[in-house]
Amino acid sequence: MTQSASATALAMPAGAEHRREVRPVLMKGNEAMAEAAIQAGCDAYFGYPITPQAELLEHMARRMPELGRVFVQAESELGAINMGLGAAATGAKVLVSSSSPGISLMAEAMSYLAGSELPLVLINVMRGGPGLGSIGPSQSDYFQATRGHGHGDYRVPVLAPASIAEAVELVADAFELAARYRTPVMLLADGIQGQAMEPVVPVYRLPSWDAAAWELGGANGRAPRVVRSLHLSPEDLEAHNRHLQAKFADIAAREVRWAEEELEDAEVAIVAYGTAARVARTAVARGRARGLRLGLLRPTTLWPFPAEPVRRLAERVRAIVVVELSAGQMIDDVRLAADRTPVFFHGRMGGMVPTPGAILDCARTAWALTEARR
Amino acid sequence: MTTAIVQPRVIYQRPSVLTDRPTHYCPGCGHGIVHRLIAELIDEMGLASRTIGVASVGCSVFAYDYLAVDFVESPHGRAPAVATGVRRARPEAFVFTYQGDGDLAAIGTAEIVHAAARGERITVVFVNNGIYGMTGGQMAPTTLLGQRTTSSPTGRDPGLAGYPIPITEMLALLPGVTYAARGSIADPGEIGRTKAMLRRAFEAQVWVPGLSIVEVLSTCPVGWGMTASEAMRHVGDAVVATYPLGVLVDRVAEPAGRAEGT
Repeated sequence: MTQSASATALAMPAGAEHRREVRPVLMKGNEAMAEAAIQAGCDAYFGYPITPQAELLEHMARRMPELGRVFVQAESELGAINMGLGAAATGAKVLVSSSSPGISLMAEAMSYLAGSELPLVLINVMRGGPGLGSIGPSQSDYFQATRGHGHGDYRVPVLAPASIAEAVELVADAFELAARYRTPVMLLADGIQGQAMEPVVPVYRLPSWDAAAWELGGANGRAPRVVRSLHLSPEDLEAHNRHLQAKFADIAAREVRWAEEELEDAEVAIVAYGTAARVARTAVARGRARGLRLGLLRPTTLWPFPAEPVRRLAERVRAIVVVELSAGQMIDDVRLAADRTPVFFHGRMGGMVPTPGAILDCARTAWALTEARR
Repeated sequence: MTTAIVQPRVIYQRPSVLTDRPTHYCPGCGHGIVHRLIAELIDEMGLASRTIGVASVGCSVFAYDYLAVDFVESPHGRAPAVATGVRRARPEAFVFTYQGDGDLAAIGTAEIVHAAARGERITVVFVNNGIYGMTGGQMAPTTLLGQRTTSSPTGRDPGLAGYPIPITEMLALLPGVTYAARGSIADPGEIGRTKAMLRRAFEAQVWVPGLSIVEVLSTCPVGWGMTASEAMRHVGDAVVATYPLGVLVDRVAEPAGRAEGT
């Protein structure tokens, strides 16, 4: 069951009713996300090779030129994201992708994009860190993604798919959110999602996109426009920040998304996203087979974080177990929302992935230690 | 005897793209002159309705306050990458970057070299005053040997800080560069020659694929600790000794019929 607090909930995919008639195809995550962007009308893609997202770049290298669209392999991630900034300033629908170390380099331009209010979709296929880390899957960029990457007071919507099919849908959503709020949007995947193959129903929808309000194309018949983030006067910059904060508050109020599985009678709830949620789902099933009433709350927006759903959940369960492919980052947001409900944690790092058995052990511990809260 | 009535003829006026407002530049700064040359050329070549400028970090970030064309602001050094995105997404646009020497020759070295290597169809106006002016006059990669700045207080010592970087000569080596030249604003004659270089660079973008660049040797009287006139003389004497003026490469073969523009 997918839930959304969105007052302007995104429309059902066009032709969704025909989905059963379209045969699913097996697609690698990186290629599926690239193709989803193409089908969403992506005008321009800029990237730089990095594992484990290289196939995304390669798919775009093949497909974009044959469609007469823009593809540039940049000299660095700095180059790629700034090319994206330039193209976004002309009103183009832009995709940029990378993996963790490359995303760190892109932090500078993400701040400029947010400050200049330019839409752009950035996919991070996360790998283990810190530093060069590993090429294995990880969720250790949660802080970076949800706290805004670069300098300054800003937030960026962060979408987190748990399957390749969901990633395909979220790519279209990401473009729509980007244009609706004139903001960069991040899609946070991980190395497993980039590399694994899963069935995808090749039905796509074209997100709405209207760049008339900001696009540069030469001041032909209108006053010249300046896309900028510089406001030297403190009064101006504070006013600009107030405007941005109002926008972020609007996004936080309208665009929170999450999914609930088996939570109706759950006594211990697992909160996990992405690949961790996939493994947690198996742990929930195994626990229930052994009489443990477990359930899963899966945020699909990490910012805005589903704090209110977690708060309501915390009021009716004995304990919450957070599972992440990290040392524990989302757990901070869960703890803030959970108030006094005990929050337990199971995480693996460096490209290691939690097993259902280990998650179940953690849930059992949580169950036992909170016996008195029944 | 007949009396000829001499009709008044306008020989000098504010270009329509140059906004009617006082600049924030210091007395003796060269940016105002370079802005005017760009404005004159955009007017003369009829480019205003399809021009997109890319402003970079430094004193000249406010170029968009003085040039009435569409502008996008770039992070420090990234203007050639931003311009790449602009021009690729808007192939019909006339795109130029306006960059200082700290921006282009230090933090943005990778971006300018690779935009040139790809032969991006943009024009780079590279204003070199040998110093980081906006941040208070620190040493730049282009600072002359022995030149005192706030971060080379005893003069630039090559043993500590290396040598001035002739980046326009380096760029001229690349086949993706259609035109590379270096002019100055030291005196009216040089300003005229610099305008001719800028015109050629603009025409290059209009006529043929590839990147065109004009380096303009300019002044920073405040950063150099000189009067405006001393700074102008310094450009003509000392700066050109390190950075010789002239056309470095011209690969623009004028296409028959001049298919685009002008």
